[in-house]
Amino acid sequence: MEIPKSFLGYKRENGRVGTRNHVVILPVDDISNACAEAVANNIKGTFAIPHAYGRLQFGADLELFFDTMIGTGKNPNVAACVVIGIEPKWTKRIVDAIATTGKPVEGFSIEGAGDIKTIMTASKKAQEFSQWASEKQREECPLSDLWISVKCGESDTTSGMAANPAVGNLMDKLEPLGVHLCFGETSELTGAEKVCATRGSTPEAQKKFMKTWSDYNDFILKEATNDLSESQPTAGNIAGGLTTIEEKAFGNFQKIGSRKFIDVLTPAEEPKKGPGLYFMDTSSAAGECLTLQAAAGFNIHLFPTGQGNIIGNAIEPVVKLTGNPSTAVNMKEHIDLDVSKILKREMNMDQAGDELIKTTIRAASGRLTCAEVLGHKEFIMTKLFRSA
Amino acid sequence: MANTDIIIHDEKDNVGVVVIEKITPNQECNCWIMENDKSVKIQSKNEIPLGHKIAMIDFKEGDTILKYGHDIGKVVKDIKKGEHVHVHNVKTKKW
Repeated sequence: MEIPKSFLGYKRENGRVGTRNHVVILPVDDISNACAEAVANNIKGTFAIPHAYGRLQFGADLELFFDTMIGTGKNPNVAACVVIGIEPKWTKRIVDAIATTGKPVEGFSIEGAGDIKTIMTASKKAQEFSQWASEKQREECPLSDLWISVKCGESDTTSGMAANPAVGNLMDKLEPLGVHLCFGETSELTGAEKVCATRGSTPEAQKKFMKTWSDYNDFILKEATNDLSESQPTAGNIAGGLTTIEEKAFGNFQKIGSRKFIDVLTPAEEPKKGPGLYFMDTSSAAGECLTLQAAAGFNIHLFPTGQGNIIGNAIEPVVKLTGNPSTAVNMKEHIDLDVSKILKREMNMDQAGDELIKTTIRAASGRLTCAEVLGHKEFIMTKLFRSA
Repeated sequence: MANTDIIIHDEKDNVGVVVIEKITPNQECNCWIMENDKSVKIQSKNEIPLGHKIAMIDFKEGDTILKYGHDIGKVVKDIKKGEHVHVHNVKTKKW
């Protein structure tokens, strides 16, 4: 197949391109969720991203909180953003950082004003943003404006055989076109960590990967009460035939095809070394991983599943594919692309990769994904340690 | 081309994965090795569902399971060629 050269996206003020045109009402903290949701309810064409944190965090945990909130607002899939927090200082820090992209953003703090007055003033601004964003048009953009993140979930042995290598095939074909790519899941590379490290394109990248993995492994060994056999692999993985974390890891690892990663990112860190594949240190819980990848600026996500994970994301469209023929039938409404014919040898990996490229470009150009249509808007903060 | 019942990732692998709804005991199964496009046959000893593994050789306790050409765990209970390979007879080497 000749790979299409372009997709239809929204060009943003800072040169990045969005695959979506969201107007987001972003609460800074748990107690501002009610206000943000009231504004989103008032003003059509907007939605709130409620979450559980943003109070009394400190140190590295607080910095990751800010990186996640700011990165979410900066993501090119967000056209404009209203930020609402209880106190002015943290609200302003988030607003100022999002404003560096040049997109419309305004902050409101509730303390001293109360919910009702804040809802009124923030609603007026949200109305202005919503109508402004509604006039934005999609334009033809090169594929190099795609920033594709990947993560698999509810994996089984068909993931390693069909859906994950189909993503790998897409990576092998799109990386030479200047696409940014990102995989994560530090814990689920356990067992394949040494092989994965050899995929670092430089000795520095290899060293950084091994340090990231070892730090994680030390943490697990310190906190674990017995072993992780109850949660890695999960009960769903085991039902699907996966026996050990090593087997899961080598299956997981098929997602990067034969690519090499150029750098290792900290959670939510924006890639700065240009196009190519990046590894990000993330949890393997889908909600957390996708939220971090979206906060790093990735604008479309590919999610291979075996037994049928149903995850979506607040701002990043999630394209789901499966190689499991039962899942493709029984959970059809969640599956954007069925590659189970690979198991019957009625489809080869080259064809599966081509189909996935077509599906990805359609979704990037505006076709709603299954997760979007079904209302999945997961936004899950990664918490590093308990609050003060 | 005969129907494929079992897919083996790598020539070095000593297990295969069932890719039909299930295989039944004493079934003569067609296996396809992805890496080199070769075909082999094996007779099953148990019923094994879609996605689960079958032993391509006899294993003794302590042996290593190879899949994707890599070590994916250790045998904790002897396994005969054609038997179901899963959490009841294989364990991670990590935890």
